[in-house]
Amino acid sequence: MRRLMTQSALMGAAVSLTGALALALPLGGAAFAQSTPVAITGGKVLTGTSVIENGTVVIQNGRVVSVGTGPAPSGARVIDATGKTVSPGFIAVDSGLGGSEVSSVQGSNDLASGANTISASFDVSYGLDPWSFTLPVARLGGITRAIVVPNHPGGGGGNHKDDGEDDFAGLGGGGLQSPGLFAGQAAIITLAQGNDILIKPRVAMIAPFGEAGARVAGGARGAEFIQFKETLAEVRLYARNKAAYDRAALRDLSLSRADLEALIPVANGTMPLIVTVHRAADIQQVLRLAKEEGVKVILDGAEEGWLVAADIAAAGVPALINPIDNLPGNFETRAARMENAAALNAAGVTIAIKGNEGSIHRAREMRYNAGNAVSHGLPYAAAIAAMTINPAKIFGEAGQAGELTPGAAADVVVWTGDPLEPLTTATNVFIAGQEQPISSRQFLLRDRYRNGGTQASGMPAAYNPQ
Amino acid sequence: MKMSRLRGASLGVLACAMVGALGLSACATTGTSSSTAGTENKGPEPLATGLDYAANRDPYPSTYQPLPRQNSAIVGATVFTGTGQKIENGVVLMADGKVQAVGGADLAVPAGYTVIDARGRWVTPGVIDVHSHLGVYPSPGVQGMSDGNEATNPNTAQVWAEHSVWPQDPGFNTARAGGVTTLHILPGSANLFGGRGVTLRNIPAMSVQGMKLPDAPYSLKMACGENPSRVYGSRNQSPATGMGNVAGYRAAFIAARDYKAKWDKWRDTGKGDPPTRNLQLETLADVLDGKILVENHCYRADEMIVMLDIAKEFGYHVTTFHHAIEAYKIAPLLAREHVCAAMWSGWWGFKMEGLDAVESNAALVDAPEGSCAVIHSDDPQLTQRLNQEAAATLAAGRAAGLNIPEERAVAWFTLNAAKAIGIADQTGSLEAGKRADVVIWSADPFSVYARADQVFVDGGKAFDRFDPAYQPTSDFELGQPGYGLQAATVNEGAR
Repeated sequence: MRRLMTQSALMGAAVSLTGALALALPLGGAAFAQSTPVAITGGKVLTGTSVIENGTVVIQNGRVVSVGTGPAPSGARVIDATGKTVSPGFIAVDSGLGGSEVSSVQGSNDLASGANTISASFDVSYGLDPWSFTLPVARLGGITRAIVVPNHPGGGGGNHKDDGEDDFAGLGGGGLQSPGLFAGQAAIITLAQGNDILIKPRVAMIAPFGEAGARVAGGARGAEFIQFKETLAEVRLYARNKAAYDRAALRDLSLSRADLEALIPVANGTMPLIVTVHRAADIQQVLRLAKEEGVKVILDGAEEGWLVAADIAAAGVPALINPIDNLPGNFETRAARMENAAALNAAGVTIAIKGNEGSIHRAREMRYNAGNAVSHGLPYAAAIAAMTINPAKIFGEAGQAGELTPGAAADVVVWTGDPLEPLTTATNVFIAGQEQPISSRQFLLRDRYRNGGTQASGMPAAYNPQ
Repeated sequence: MKMSRLRGASLGVLACAMVGALGLSACATTGTSSSTAGTENKGPEPLATGLDYAANRDPYPSTYQPLPRQNSAIVGATVFTGTGQKIENGVVLMADGKVQAVGGADLAVPAGYTVIDARGRWVTPGVIDVHSHLGVYPSPGVQGMSDGNEATNPNTAQVWAEHSVWPQDPGFNTARAGGVTTLHILPGSANLFGGRGVTLRNIPAMSVQGMKLPDAPYSLKMACGENPSRVYGSRNQSPATGMGNVAGYRAAFIAARDYKAKWDKWRDTGKGDPPTRNLQLETLADVLDGKILVENHCYRADEMIVMLDIAKEFGYHVTTFHHAIEAYKIAPLLAREHVCAAMWSGWWGFKMEGLDAVESNAALVDAPEGSCAVIHSDDPQLTQRLNQEAAATLAAGRAAGLNIPEERAVAWFTLNAAKAIGIADQTGSLEAGKRADVVIWSADPFSVYARADQVFVDGGKAFDRFDPAYQPTSDFELGQPGYGLQAATVNEGAR
């Protein structure tokens, strides 16, 4: 019954029970625990760490049981992947999936908060929508998990020129400013069909540095670093003196109690801080700051990272990058190059490859971004790792996701060919062992209009909701 | 000889402009207005060229000079002609900047030609991006360089994108490395009438005139939908709604009809004072005359249908709908009306009118007889990969059961794109007599791994991936962070 409700909601219209049942069929997918083993045989298997030709992947009860070259176990449902490629589900990083529906519709966007007292403590996990129509679209791009990150309200939009604030002559930069340095806390989600997509909330804290961070702090980078250090000092003071704070026996602190609490794991180095940073000089400052303060950081953006790749590698800091960023969009990305991914990887930096435009609607393009990194020097295996095991490692899911290895979640995608190629499509998507429908609202629209939008009976297509 | 062939039309206009500057007014009759036929008998005294909009439609003429070139033969590649042909082990002959002949291995290479061994590679016509803001929204995209939207009035048909183009935009160079040889630069979409677009050759030049494609028609950028009503509605000004948008288009064309009639009458009778020239109305009047093409930003099917009715109401033709997210809903209508649709594959969901996108849009639009499906960018990143964007829509179309071969789909970013901006007689396909705009790809261009190895514009080598002598940098790029440093080897993964 829950599934029926889901389908009705997806269609955006009240439909009869019979209609809903009919609708549910093409979207398919068993929504109950899968106990019959599934064996995917004959394909080229990218495990995340190796390649097995003519491999066999067996999954059962939501987990990968075995990955090898043997025959399918008896009683298994067999998916013949001969001539195809089998990969782990991809993990989208720096994503807004499930947190925003239509970018320009403010009410549908739960990724940015401009509240004065809720900055670091802002938690995206409460705003996630398991019924978001962005999820099936991303799933068809092979994405099975995502790190959903908040956006800083002063950070500006990610849309193209015709649709952003550039329409307004003389204005720019988004207008909103938050007094907080922090955008809030990220969550890990699954893209599996169902009514609960949250895997883990509060997996990382987000803070913009560079131009965006400077803007928040007063207009110059030097102010932000001071403010950041001062904030951590206050968090530590608070953490040591909670009882005094409760008695109002502590000096005034600039952050709310909620924000102070949220920052304790950052200050003690247990929660990673995703630092949005682009310029090589800013990256160096962030690495230095992280070392001085004992903060665990993840670089996000890092377009000029190749200039200081050795420093990033030496610090053991990973980077979330979009390898196709190759233009000097502003004065902090003047050294952007298509070879950034290759250079960072060669230097030993653990990289994860992002999708486009905030990895919401265009999250599915992450596999093409990886392909373009390959055509600009990144080894193929490293490109696959940058969408699978690397993000799993960076976000503490190693062994659980991003890899076809016994015991890991059965997030498996069967592709018509090389998954980095635009000409390739996904034919089967399993998430935690559940087969997902190869469909989306886009497919329903496509099929409604492909024959001219009119039924053979002469009735408008609106009477035939597929 | 070959120089005059390329510049012929502009030279006449240039001479005329020079004469006008000397105080002589002998050029008015070079105008191409439909009403000039009667000027010799009963027409008025010619005006100075700056005062009669029909006297000189080209006051900022092209000074484009093709790059140095030699007669060449590209041999051994898989050739997509852009006209639906695929030739294995093909030969493309380029002479005097033109495609001389295209054929199979049996096509003889004349003596003295430079032979380019392209075995194992692919050849296509030069990529054409019909919706670019390079130069007007350049990199760096800082406020001081944001020159794409004259968002001061719903009707700015008087502005010309070419007057905002910064030729030093590094994006021209990255686009060329993606095979882009021709760009149509448009103003943005803040207004109902955004201004004139211009078609450029993608070669480095000191000025926009040095990039202008000779004999390319001007266009008028029009915008439907959310952008104009949001921009002006937020200022408590019309248009604030879709109905305000339509009222704005209609009012403008009524004024343009009136303006054109006054000029026609004055030219026919010679009586009274000539009308005062109006830069805004003359662009619209030239649209009504069919001299300026309409490039209409319009996402939704219902809005496109209304725009076609407006075109009928006032007697003009919509050449292309841009960002036509819902074109798949009206594919047969667009084919019947001979209107091109320029589309993305992957973009959607950024605003309400982008909600109903389907990845297979271009493939579905391509299906009816007489269709004109185009892949466009509107973006300095995407313009570098229009071939990959086409591949994504091709795959989505195939998944939907449309059996479209690559040799047909290549037209989405070549020949159909040329049609969409009115230059298909000059470029867009590898056919004898057309400009030798050619890309040699390292692999099948529908592969993510394919890179443009060499790019030719009018037969001149404009880019070579393996030769720094053919990798131009803009003035802006000199001495910037990372300048002169190689980020990483690019040979490992490229195929």
